[in-house]
Amino acid sequence: MPRKRFDLAFPPNQATKPITYHLVKDFDLTPNILRAQIQPGQEGRMLLEITGPKESFDAGIAFLEAEGITVSPAATDIRLDEDVCVLCGLCTAVCRPGALVMDAAGDLIFDKDKCVYCEACVIACPRRAVTLSF
Amino acid sequence: MAKTWDEINARIASGEAVVMTAEEFSAVAADEGISKAAKRVDVVTTGTFGPMCSSGVVLNFGHSDPPIRIGEITLNDVEAYGGLAAVDTYLGVTQPSRTKGIEYGGAHVIEDLLRGKSVRLRAYSAGTDCYPRTEIDTWVTLEDLNQAYIFNPRNAYQNYAVAVNSGDQAIHTYLGTLLPRFGNATYCSAGALSPLLNDPTYRTIGVGSRIFVAGAPGYVAWEGTQHNPNQTRDENGVPVAPAGTLAVIADLKQASPAFFSAATFTGYGTSAFVGIGVPIPVLDEEIAATLALTDADISATVIDYGVARRSRPLLGRVTYAQLRSGEIEVEGKTVPTGPISSLKQARRIATELKSWITEKGFTLQEPLQLLPQIGSQSVKPLEIRTGEVN
Repeated sequence: MPRKRFDLAFPPNQATKPITYHLVKDFDLTPNILRAQIQPGQEGRMLLEITGPKESFDAGIAFLEAEGITVSPAATDIRLDEDVCVLCGLCTAVCRPGALVMDAAGDLIFDKDKCVYCEACVIACPRRAVTLSF
Repeated sequence: MAKTWDEINARIASGEAVVMTAEEFSAVAADEGISKAAKRVDVVTTGTFGPMCSSGVVLNFGHSDPPIRIGEITLNDVEAYGGLAAVDTYLGVTQPSRTKGIEYGGAHVIEDLLRGKSVRLRAYSAGTDCYPRTEIDTWVTLEDLNQAYIFNPRNAYQNYAVAVNSGDQAIHTYLGTLLPRFGNATYCSAGALSPLLNDPTYRTIGVGSRIFVAGAPGYVAWEGTQHNPNQTRDENGVPVAPAGTLAVIADLKQASPAFFSAATFTGYGTSAFVGIGVPIPVLDEEIAATLALTDADISATVIDYGVARRSRPLLGRVTYAQLRSGEIEVEGKTVPTGPISSLKQARRIATELKSWITEKGFTLQEPLQLLPQIGSQSVKPLEIRTGEVN
């Protein structure tokens, strides 16, 4: 069963519509909100992981787009400023999913597929080198 | 067959010295044996790059007209010490900004100075006959200052704790965020590359040693604060918990932001990553034996920071090789680990120091005075008394 993460951008007038309800009820999808920033009257953002059968999946995404929501694959949300990072490795200590690990050379390896955008690394980084772009 | 400091320095001067980093030396010793390696290699370089809170700079601004005797002083809103002579100050890395809190502290001011940025100096005084000015508000750069030198009272800790948290809540510490119920373990040492772990009994590192301080040539100025030669040691004589420390001094104007990095530990405070590198002469087989130790031979003690007391529970020992593998066993549980001291930077410092010696003729200084040796002192606690000591 496909599982994908999407970055949803809501127009200001759409920010209060219960889209996750519709995804579950109308499309038999399992949405998992990893991160959301939604304020009435303002542009909203949501990081949504969706699991479900392929056919419902496409229909669910089409529904979201028809509702005026911009749906894009969530891939570049987290950024590491390599000029600022000193490769201390402290972010790896708080990364529960194991998306951030140090290799034998002392370099930092980031596996985006494992990242759940929990922000623990953003808070832990003593150089403030990790940022979420949304 | 022992070598002397003079012989090694003569070989450095003539460009013949064989210099290796501690990691390279360990590999050679494993391959050729300690005895051969001790004969062939003259100097081993070490390095470490971790947060070192007891760090700061002495600054002299020069006199304004009319002059001021600074009483209270801030640099970019970070308070510095106003209790020295008229225009001298000491800025510590952990001092938080009055406006930005721990997100910008003394360490950030120092990093900004190193990057050539202007820093806002504001100072106040009651005014005196000879120093009539009562207020000053200006901008300064590192270049403008008469003297700017690093003076760090405690750097390069010889080993450190492995921190875990047995409690039910995450806690924010100087060893990072410790997840509840042994959710993670953090550690902070360059291990086999760490300066004082390579000379565990302080034979060659002492007052006057010429060293690498944040990219500048500097010196060991004194024993560091909390220097504790009496810490528990393993069969190789290497401490298994925080032991020796160094007070270091160097010219800030020759330092580099590549080896001095401001840090903020969420929920704790501001600090600075400081790069320290120490060259160790391979005088004989005894020192070669400790220089040859690897991460698998050096241990640290796991300490439960979930107990907020001076004496925290000790939960066993692990080696740096285990820590670097990404997980350790604590109380029967597999715990993921994360470092705080940068291995990459430690290697870079040891390599840089090696090039200072081989390419720039950076010679070694025999200690003018040894650091306090094993048996001489330990660390005393602060007792809370209700009155004067009789």
